[in-house]
Amino acid sequence: MAIDSKVVAQVAHLARLKVDQADTDALSSRLNDILAMVDQLQQADVADVAPMAHPLDVTQPLREDEVSEPNIRDKAMAIAPAAEEGCFLVPRVIE
Amino acid sequence: MSWEVVIGLEIHVQLNTTSKLFSGSKLSTGAEPNTQASLVDLGMPGTLPVVNKEAVRKAALFGLAINADICRHSVFERKNYFYPDLPKGYQTTQLDKPIVGAGVVEVQLESGEKKVVRIHHAHLEEDAGKSLHEDFHGMTGIDLNRAGTPLIEVVTEPDMSNAEEAVAFAKKLHAIVTSIGICDGDMSQGNMRFDVNVSIRKPGEPLGTRTETKNLNSFRFMERAIKLEVERQIDVLEDGGEIVQETRLYNGDTHTARSMRSKEDANDYRYFPCPDLLPVEITDADLDALKAAMPELPDARKARFMADYQLSEYDADLLSGDLATAAFFEGAAKAGNDAKLAANWVMGELAAKLNAEEKTISNSPVSADQLGQLIARLKDGTISSKIAKQVFEACWAGEGDPDAIIEAKGLKQMSDSGELEKIVDDIIANNTPQVEDYRNSDDAKKKKKIGFFVGQAMKATQGKANPQQLNQLLKDKLG
Repeated sequence: MAIDSKVVAQVAHLARLKVDQADTDALSSRLNDILAMVDQLQQADVADVAPMAHPLDVTQPLREDEVSEPNIRDKAMAIAPAAEEGCFLVPRVIE
Repeated sequence: MSWEVVIGLEIHVQLNTTSKLFSGSKLSTGAEPNTQASLVDLGMPGTLPVVNKEAVRKAALFGLAINADICRHSVFERKNYFYPDLPKGYQTTQLDKPIVGAGVVEVQLESGEKKVVRIHHAHLEEDAGKSLHEDFHGMTGIDLNRAGTPLIEVVTEPDMSNAEEAVAFAKKLHAIVTSIGICDGDMSQGNMRFDVNVSIRKPGEPLGTRTETKNLNSFRFMERAIKLEVERQIDVLEDGGEIVQETRLYNGDTHTARSMRSKEDANDYRYFPCPDLLPVEITDADLDALKAAMPELPDARKARFMADYQLSEYDADLLSGDLATAAFFEGAAKAGNDAKLAANWVMGELAAKLNAEEKTISNSPVSADQLGQLIARLKDGTISSKIAKQVFEACWAGEGDPDAIIEAKGLKQMSDSGELEKIVDDIIANNTPQVEDYRNSDDAKKKKKIGFFVGQAMKATQGKANPQQLNQLLKDKLG
């Protein structure tokens, strides 16, 4: 798959990144280099290798189902740009 | 040629853990906004999620209950999108390696027919917070108490072909998750939420374009939303139009639905494995422990109700579906020592009263023990069935246990035959024309005409006469 400046603009939009038009060509070239490396990896013979979900051969430690976190609302509200009646306020969003 | 309807469901089931999926924040409804939101739930930089063992256990238990393969190394992924009630900018969920693989749920339809609905998979994920659009003078308020609540999302194959089947499946799923104790099942609190995928086609043709109606929170709304969407799709296609793949919102109050016109790129979630979380391992020992701890499933309970209590399949089905109803019935049957009477009262008087007052059986003002006591008094002849209804009403109104009510109101059936005999004698003496008329009638007419005397006697005793005893007395004396 080749990445052009249109794809770069689309991905940047999805990630809410502001990318200048001038930078998109350079970015698409660098992203294409990364994809070329992935293509090279694809050529490795992995017929005898079991699929791996994670690079580390360890599993997730689990936590007991207990309440350990205190109420930190006042601290969180203090650093919020806007808050009222215990809620964080954001510009109106409605679908 | 008629249309064929194809329905698939996605159901969010809220797990009833004590704490959240990835943080030790308390999980409860009704708390003040944002008082149960920790740094992890707020999406603060530098925090790390730690997986709740109980949530994993409950998800795997569900998998075993539907005979699914349990993934031994399930993987969490990030589903990326921006919305204010998702402060991290991604939902931690599962995609390629969900904890529960393919399974099956068998559903009994109203016709008695059985239907198998295949489960594609079920995955563990966190819920988002809540956006509140009112009362904030043009702004939106964000409450993150719900953020991080553990859910399993159950995804079915498109195996249902009408609204009734979809509802029957949804009820069965509700029965399973409440029976195995992984979900409280309170629909009004959003404990279970349904997304419905609907498409139509002519028989034999490939699948049509589907729409998704999201966030239905009652069985009734789900049924109505499906019927409405099927009608809409038929109208569009028969008018020569095309179905657009879209997400729709159903409004239960107005019985209307509208398209949620999201941008076309909104569904590009750019999933990738969450680098903060390792694969979650489930061992053979874990599975053995879960199997050993598996509570009774609805189908097994139904079979037991039929065998142990001699209930009909219909009665057993109604009483075993919901765990709270099943427990109530068993409690009342045991306390009253009569399963048939308990079944009749739970499905009859109690269900009607709960329905009328929009209460659930879990918060019934009459307890299973109280109903059992009432049944016991009915059974031993202390009260008649007519009086029993009166006692039930009083018990519902909080006037105490049935025994206390019967005592306080003097509702005991008249057992003293001498007293009743005197009343009957008085009635016969005071109603000479009716007595003459009765005595001159043939047997068939006598059967009808005795009703007059029964009515008089019941009136005189305020309903406390034992009906059998009264009938016998009247027959003896009237001739």
